Amino acid sequence: MCGIVGLFLKDKSLEPKLGQMLSEMLITMTDRGPDSAGIAIYGQEQKGRSKLTVQSEGGREDYAALQNDLAAALETDLSITTNDTHAVIDVAADKASELRTILSAQHPDIRVMSQGDSIEIYKEVGLPGAVSERFHVSAMSGSHGIGHTRMATESAVTTDGAHPYSTGPDQCLVHNGSLSNHNALRRKLTRNGIKIESQNDTEVGAAYLTWKMSQGNSLGEALESSLKDLDGFFTFVVGTKDGFGVLRDPIACKPAVLAETDQYVAFGSEHRALVNLPGIEDARVWEPEPATVYFWSH
Amino acid sequence: MLTYDLAADGLRGLNAALQAQSPDTNQSQWDVINPKGSHAIAVGLNAPIDVTVHGSTGYYCAGMNQQANIRVKGSVGPGVCENMMSGKVVIEGDASQYAGATGHGCLLVIKGNASSRCGISMKGMDIVVHRNIGHMSAFMAQAGNLVVCGDAGDALGDSLYEARLFVRGSVKSLGADCIEKEMRPEHIAILSDLLEKAESDAKPEEFKRYGSARKLYNFDVDKNTTY
Repeated sequence: MCGIVGLFLKDKSLEPKLGQMLSEMLITMTDRGPDSAGIAIYGQEQKGRSKLTVQSEGGREDYAALQNDLAAALETDLSITTNDTHAVIDVAADKASELRTILSAQHPDIRVMSQGDSIEIYKEVGLPGAVSERFHVSAMSGSHGIGHTRMATESAVTTDGAHPYSTGPDQCLVHNGSLSNHNALRRKLTRNGIKIESQNDTEVGAAYLTWKMSQGNSLGEALESSLKDLDGFFTFVVGTKDGFGVLRDPIACKPAVLAETDQYVAFGSEHRALVNLPGIEDARVWEPEPATVYFWSH
Repeated sequence: MLTYDLAADGLRGLNAALQAQSPDTNQSQWDVINPKGSHAIAVGLNAPIDVTVHGSTGYYCAGMNQQANIRVKGSVGPGVCENMMSGKVVIEGDASQYAGATGHGCLLVIKGNASSRCGISMKGMDIVVHRNIGHMSAFMAQAGNLVVCGDAGDALGDSLYEARLFVRGSVKSLGADCIEKEMRPEHIAILSDLLEKAESDAKPEEFKRYGSARKLYNFDVDKNTTY
């Protein structure tokens, strides 16, 4: 199954409550997937600075020495804010790529979850309630966010197998469904120089979008072409720095509900996920059409 | 009139109470409040009672219904009225996929849109959709009537048996072995009756009829390599 939720705020006054609303929506979807859970949240950005969200099994202990190592290697100031097994590294934007190179060469145990101006991704094995609590998601604010709870079908129950997946700077993807041509596509993308970390089908979907966009496609164009190149079942929800999109495969057997008011656009795998949002009684609520790209941006 | 608060008193209690009603019950009017998208509301009923659900529901609302009249003042999730036997169900909003699957008898009215696979494998029930239906609707439908006052999606009536399909608007594409057929007076009569019961003011003369070409479901020895 898997459960997806998404919330894109139009009304800035709701931004301090984004994490709280998103985590409540995700917890409602717990029985669609008990294996692992994660969220991508788009928060504050600072001009000239980039954020890398990283994960390490050891959490805080692993990060204590890291800050000095990285600052020395990069010859710049950076700060690391830990959050359980995850941490956000704040670095000058022009040093972000170099930081990733150093991390992958010298700190292979540290996984990069996301990179960008405003995105942060937190994901771990466990129920949505537990994952949300350990990362204090309720206290987070932001302009939009996406959550996922997983029932594993295509690969192991690990942090790497959890969603959301980063598809590029400030971009992410969550997926309900299963892709059946992911092995062939993984080989093709790998030959094209795209790095894929896990055996997970969704990571291949995310890598596919990254590859398409690296060839000059917009996210909308990349999603359109995924309808042709991806075989299998999918409902995708994607996030970008200022936008939020939804796409279902042409067969559309994976459920999806959208709701829109003057204050927000919300996505849920089921209507239950949306029932406690403010003003939902008067919202426009509908099922997104198959093979149709929906996109909202600020 | 009995009011049941689903948020306060739970789903099992609701279905147990509704299923316990006898054919001559005097508790014949039920209002269900706070459904909040819950699954399996008002399933397995077998008494001539009226149930009104005030809000939207999740999966499998009104499944396996016999005799009861159920009205949902909201939208329903996947699988509304699966395998329904008798009674009448009215959805005032939209219905998600496979609405009315495998239903034997009864009337299902959807006042909004129904998404994909509406009336899949229907076995004698009548479905009236006031607006549009999605792809693969009436797939392998065996008997009964599917009436669509708006448009139909791709592959309508694929591998159809003997169900009648009436569509007022456009049909994106017909499925294998589904063809347009002549609208005769007896079909106008069936349609008039269903539209009236379904609270629709559409005119029967505005509809086209589709049915099975009957070429697919009989074994044809000359085509045995294509099966």
